[in-house]
Amino acid sequence: MIAGLTWLLAFQVLGEVLVRVLDVTVPGPVAGMLLLFVFLRLRRYGDDGSIVRAGSALLRHLQLFFVPAGVGVVVYLAVLRDHALPIAAAVLGSWLLGLVVVGWTAVGLERLLGKPRDDLGDPV
Amino acid sequence: MRDDLLDLARSPLALLLVTLVGYQAGRWLQARTGGHALAQPVLPAIGAAALAITVLDVDYAAYRSATELIAFWLGPATVALAIPLHRQADRLKGFVVPLLVAVVVGAATSIVSAVLIARVLGADEVLEKTLATKAATTPVAIALTDALGGIPPLAAVFAIGIGIVSAVVAPATLNLLRIRDRRARGLAVGAVSHGIGASRMLREDETEGAFAGLGMGLSALAISLLVPLLALVLF
Repeated sequence: MIAGLTWLLAFQVLGEVLVRVLDVTVPGPVAGMLLLFVFLRLRRYGDDGSIVRAGSALLRHLQLFFVPAGVGVVVYLAVLRDHALPIAAAVLGSWLLGLVVVGWTAVGLERLLGKPRDDLGDPV
Repeated sequence: MRDDLLDLARSPLALLLVTLVGYQAGRWLQARTGGHALAQPVLPAIGAAALAITVLDVDYAAYRSATELIAFWLGPATVALAIPLHRQADRLKGFVVPLLVAVVVGAATSIVSAVLIARVLGADEVLEKTLATKAATTPVAIALTDALGGIPPLAAVFAIGIGIVSAVVAPATLNLLRIRDRRARGLAVGAVSHGIGASRMLREDETEGAFAGLGMGLSALAISLLVPLLALVLF
């Protein structure tokens, strides 16, 4: 477990270094994720390795790690109440538009390239 | 209450405990309801912690630093999203071009539509700027909102809020939209609702989870690059 966490932290630090050197606003962990992906591919990393075990344990509780930032909602209750309509409409509306655009663009291009997939089998 | 006990209740130890107990209660509910979409563990956890700091009169800033121990792991967990993607890498075949185009077009759609909808409904410019980045994962949303001149912690609240909504309703919405390729389903959810959406997809199916992680990462890249450009046109 500790070996795997050490690797994950090392890749996070590598990501932080990379975004500083390139001077981009991308967060270090996202760059670290892409670097780790390349590393796992090149090493043909197996499912029983320490990185997979530690990483899977963290991913099972991904939602927990958002809680401290989410509690920040208490500070902004008044703002949320005063601007409830524009906030709700903008957040929900742009979420739905984004979901539709990403999903349909991806599926549409797959069809165009002649490689559509249907993973769900029976109609849902 | 005795002062020393009240101090204990406001200590990092007690605040961490409340947060973890709230999260465990959320997991228990999720298991009890057979994984019902509404039962996302993040909700009872935020509710319990928010209630506790309100009742105990603890500053949010004090709570935030008390729970740094929890928030810290968001970084390594984000790095770990490379793992499901690595395990599903064969499925990238024939999907790289659709995936890249979809994420870039989707990121632009998210940013522009959030700003314009808010503007039409009478939001001020600071609020519009705070809403622009909400599809990105929280650290990106915070950094970009800061650079734009919005309210960074509020941007984090929006990002987490839409993440929770998406975790609840995204799979059903994708069914309505007839998006049946698991790669596209995961990608879309990750692109518009980052890690919280991805956590729901990981529970549903490993392919969906893997592509949600990828969608989140690429969308963070695309939004980071697009926000400064689109800001020139929008503001």
